[in-house]
Amino acid sequence: MIIFAAMNRGEIVETINNFLIEEFEVEEDKIQPEANLRDTLELDSLDYVDLVVVIEQNFNFKVAAEDFQNIHTFNDFYNYCESNAVDKQSA
Amino acid sequence: MNRVVVTGLGIYSCIGQNIEMVRESLYEGRSGIVLDTERKEKGFRSGLTGMVPPVNLKGILDRRSRIGLAEQGEYAYLSTLEALNQSGLDQEMLEKYKAGILFGNDSSAKAVIEANDTIRLKKDTTLLGSGSIFQSMNCTVNMNLATIFKLKGINFTVSAACASGSHSIGLGYLFIKWGLQDCIICGGAQETNYMAFGSFDGLSAFSVREDRPTAASRPFDRDRDGLVPSGGAATVILESYDSAVKRGATILAEIIGYGFSSNGDHISNSSVDGQEKSLELSLKDAGLAASEIDYINAHATSTPGGDATEAQAIDKVFGDHKPLVSSTKSMTGHECWMAGASEIVYGITMMQNGFVAPNINFENPDEHSAKLNIASKTVDKKIRNFLSNSFGFGGTNSSLILKNPL
Repeated sequence: MIIFAAMNRGEIVETINNFLIEEFEVEEDKIQPEANLRDTLELDSLDYVDLVVVIEQNFNFKVAAEDFQNIHTFNDFYNYCESNAVDKQSA
Repeated sequence: MNRVVVTGLGIYSCIGQNIEMVRESLYEGRSGIVLDTERKEKGFRSGLTGMVPPVNLKGILDRRSRIGLAEQGEYAYLSTLEALNQSGLDQEMLEKYKAGILFGNDSSAKAVIEANDTIRLKKDTTLLGSGSIFQSMNCTVNMNLATIFKLKGINFTVSAACASGSHSIGLGYLFIKWGLQDCIICGGAQETNYMAFGSFDGLSAFSVREDRPTAASRPFDRDRDGLVPSGGAATVILESYDSAVKRGATILAEIIGYGFSSNGDHISNSSVDGQEKSLELSLKDAGLAASEIDYINAHATSTPGGDATEAQAIDKVFGDHKPLVSSTKSMTGHECWMAGASEIVYGITMMQNGFVAPNINFENPDEHSAKLNIASKTVDKKIRNFLSNSFGFGGTNSSLILKNPL
């Protein structure tokens, strides 16, 4: 059983970077807070489905497809996961 | 009409994961059968299976190419890579020849079952991920390999139960013979996980000789008690003779005959008449007399009924000449959707190296197999032409004849 302990910002960033490197095979040095997420990961419509899966597996919340429209940079992505993971953990 | 030749072979099986390993296993009569205790824990009547090493393509294929591949697709990627390397066809040539792909595959049970397990657990289909659909469809091997190798020609899957691989090569032969294609990647793939074989086990079709797994698959032997499930993938590169010669490719064999028939009878029982028609049609297509076939790689899976039927059909057509017969399933187990293609790979390997692989575990004939000339030991012999049989549920029959180019 996976236990989702409360994560701080640093742990969330580290978790995200790890699954992007491991699952999406992005080179570590290309992950920069203000870099564009879609362009850096070369995401197509199918890849977004896989992002939903890894987020659910790592943070235990479900992403709504439209939420991706407001996520442009890695920082946006960290912020989004942080706020939703915290909501989930405090619920 | 074009002549059709084979210019590349690839294999990933329980008796070897490349052509050289397989050549050695065939010559030595080595079995790839083991007892899988997990199957016993899951309630299988038989825990016997061919042991095919798992594949890890991380670092070899990019993520998008990898995640659509089901287990049998991973095997097929490796067998196809080996076959293309041997043929000397690079990406530029595949595009120039508008190469196609016809692969035999008739299930993707693990992908389908695991996806439905996720739906039941999570109640959310998005969580299946993007690879699930491309792993789950019956055409999974074709769609993935056509994408990975950027193929521009014919592209569909042949699903014909345990004759799928054989019909894929037969159809590839016809497409090239009729001038519709210059080059086609043909083959067969079979997943080996337990999920693929539960329903087959439920028919009590599998051997239960679990005390000696390597002796369990014993085609034509009087004391056989069922088949042993197995799998992997095999690839055969077919080309028109003219294009192979023009580009200076090494010709490994020529396909000269394809016979087929449908029993139009029982869904699982075999038919002497149906098989005899397939054998005769292949000889007619090849323009050969029965006496010109030096070796038959039998379909014989080690079931009491199936082997007896095939022995009678072979005896009816070849009884006056008695070519050497062996079933490589004695070593590999029944590679199902892959078998018709792998047995062409095994046959060509024997033909190239001048031997007939043994039908291991053949100790005592029954009344029908006693009429055949079964090679129970390896026989060193030049093969001029060989015939390979494949038969499947639903009464589908396929016979291919290949000629030695030397």
